[in-house]
Amino acid sequence: MAISQNTANEISTDTVNTGNKLAFWNFFVAFAAFALALPMGAYQVLERSGLFPAIDNAAVYYASTSSHGVLMAYVLSTFFIMGFGYHTAIHSLKMKLWSPKFAWTGFGVATFGVALAAVPLLTGNASVLYTFYPPEMAHATFYIGAALLVVGSWFWAVDMIVQMVLWKKQNPGKPVPVIMFGTVMNALLWLWTSAWVASEVVFQLIPAALGFNDTLDPGLARTLFSGTLHAIVYFWLFPAYLVMYSILPKEAGGKLFSDEMARVAFVMLFIFSVPIGFHHLYMDPMQADGWKLLHMFGTFLVAAPTLLTGFTVIASMEIAGRLRGGKGLFGWIKAMDCKNPVVLAGCLSLLMLTVGGWGGVINASYALDSLIHNTQWIPGHFHLIYGGTTVIMYFAAAYWLWPKITGRHLFSPRMARVQLWAWFIGMWVTTIPWHYLGIIGQPRRVDTLQAYQQAPELVASWDFSMLIMNAGALTLLFSGLLFVYLLIRSTMSGRVADGAEREVEYAEAIHQPFKVPNLLNSLTFWNWAMFFYLIASYGYPVLQFFLIGTPESILWGE
Amino acid sequence: MSIHIDPLEKRWISVIGGILIITWAVIVYYAAVDDVSPPSNVEVIDSSKLHLASGVGGGEFMEKNLGVKQDAQGNITVTMVAARYGFYPLHVDVPVNTPIKFRMASFDVLHGVLAPFSNLNVMIVPGYVSEITTNFTKEGDFPLICHEYCGQGHAYMYGMIHIVPKDQFKPKMGVK
Repeated sequence: MAISQNTANEISTDTVNTGNKLAFWNFFVAFAAFALALPMGAYQVLERSGLFPAIDNAAVYYASTSSHGVLMAYVLSTFFIMGFGYHTAIHSLKMKLWSPKFAWTGFGVATFGVALAAVPLLTGNASVLYTFYPPEMAHATFYIGAALLVVGSWFWAVDMIVQMVLWKKQNPGKPVPVIMFGTVMNALLWLWTSAWVASEVVFQLIPAALGFNDTLDPGLARTLFSGTLHAIVYFWLFPAYLVMYSILPKEAGGKLFSDEMARVAFVMLFIFSVPIGFHHLYMDPMQADGWKLLHMFGTFLVAAPTLLTGFTVIASMEIAGRLRGGKGLFGWIKAMDCKNPVVLAGCLSLLMLTVGGWGGVINASYALDSLIHNTQWIPGHFHLIYGGTTVIMYFAAAYWLWPKITGRHLFSPRMARVQLWAWFIGMWVTTIPWHYLGIIGQPRRVDTLQAYQQAPELVASWDFSMLIMNAGALTLLFSGLLFVYLLIRSTMSGRVADGAEREVEYAEAIHQPFKVPNLLNSLTFWNWAMFFYLIASYGYPVLQFFLIGTPESILWGE
Repeated sequence: MSIHIDPLEKRWISVIGGILIITWAVIVYYAAVDDVSPPSNVEVIDSSKLHLASGVGGGEFMEKNLGVKQDAQGNITVTMVAARYGFYPLHVDVPVNTPIKFRMASFDVLHGVLAPFSNLNVMIVPGYVSEITTNFTKEGDFPLICHEYCGQGHAYMYGMIHIVPKDQFKPKMGVK
């Protein structure tokens, strides 16, 4: 007989309130960034389509692209993850935060960083896109702001780890609740992977932007950035998986298929996702192909935890469907409660993950990558995986959490379902044309296609897809605005949420473990494993820049 | 201490292992047998001195040395400079169905080059020479498109390759 972790002991109202406030304000920044960046995305699609010459403007386009990328990829994700993490820590561990002051300091530093970076971004003084590859340089405040965002998020990561360590001291031998174990693995993942971009920004970009250095090595900068650029997508994806593992089965009326395999997947996500950034450098001249081959092996390994996750989550859904009376091979799918936003989002998310994941296999296979590298395929891929798979789970988590943290009833679950469906459909209608455009040779990151008219047949072959994507972008704009409206309306409506809506309960596993192996309950071993794996995969490739004597590049404006 | 794994899940784990091994094997096979590998020459150059004969890697990318060259063995090399906002020389003629080696260097910021429907796709990073060999199998005009944001004129950066029948090909630079 399993002992429920959810009824073990009660948490004080004070602690719950602190967690709710932290979650609310982190979500506030996250979704404000989303609301600001959303119309920019729609604008970029319309501008690029060339159908509306009146809005053609390269300077506005690139300022918009840079802001959209930074806000969606760095601000929405990081603040959502922090808010969700604080809430998870309090409710899964049932203990108070060791230092709310520390948590609020992190929030303050990160928010200040965002505000600082927003000024040059929105005024067109940091139109270097969200990858900010040197030697093109943005205004120094952009890099300083970005660095502060990362530093602020480190407060959160440290908080999560300390919280778990304290809990283990109070509960010797007991398994850390699986959603918290995943949250801490993600915090650790973030600490390891953000160190790369932090060193690029602190040692190369800020000194250059402030005028202390006149030159830098763009090859080293790209190599360091690759150390962050891939694992960061797992940092974003991780909480989406946590919702699928620990919230979705409960909402669907079932159980988690396997608690232990969830932990195995979390450990694998951590260890496999960081030392594999070179598939972003496959087409780069400054790294040798042996290292690229090594990273290719590692890149495919990350498919393992994702495929495990797919199995466990779908099996959990099947349990729920059968408990609700679904029969036969597929009858359980029909029986699922798709009126519940979390369940609906989970299904839609997995469908996008399946297709987006196979697209990722193309990117990771380096012979095929040469066909689509830096083409429109790439934005197609990451919008489907991040904007689709991941962000739709952020929506679901927000719908689930909103009544709990604001105490307000979710305004119209029906409109929430419409919103999720619209996001799903909009994402396909936008990204299928983009994938196709990439294959037929359209580059990414261009504001206009006028110059390619010298190859009229090529441009003509793009026309149809360029038309379709507009419909997708407008659908996404509608859906995103509806999401923001629903949250505002719920907060303002004043309808108090009932007890069931406010209760925080996580899914239990079929076999709720009394004990798990130490490797699935602690961090030390995996930190060392990460250390040695990183030395093996990135040691020489970074060291070489100090040996081969690259003549450094001078700096350029946008 | 072992963990509980459902028998069905154990089978799924072997399927995952199988997928990984097959994918790895295919890539390694083509890398080893057909020499399909990404452009990775790790060759440094002083990007700020491309126009001079001196400096690291100096001379090769001077204006007079750019373009199509054929050596005594008939090997064809195209030497190009990528700079805001073009690939220079802007037009090159190369023969169809012939291996062509491209050597490219950036004069300023990060660029990338893509010739649609070919495997000519490489980043051009200041400080490094990008080398890539490709074989065009169709005659006609192919644009060279810059595929990495390089400034506000990025979308206007291009070049043009004319792929001509073998018998019409005359290397402009003559035999080196």
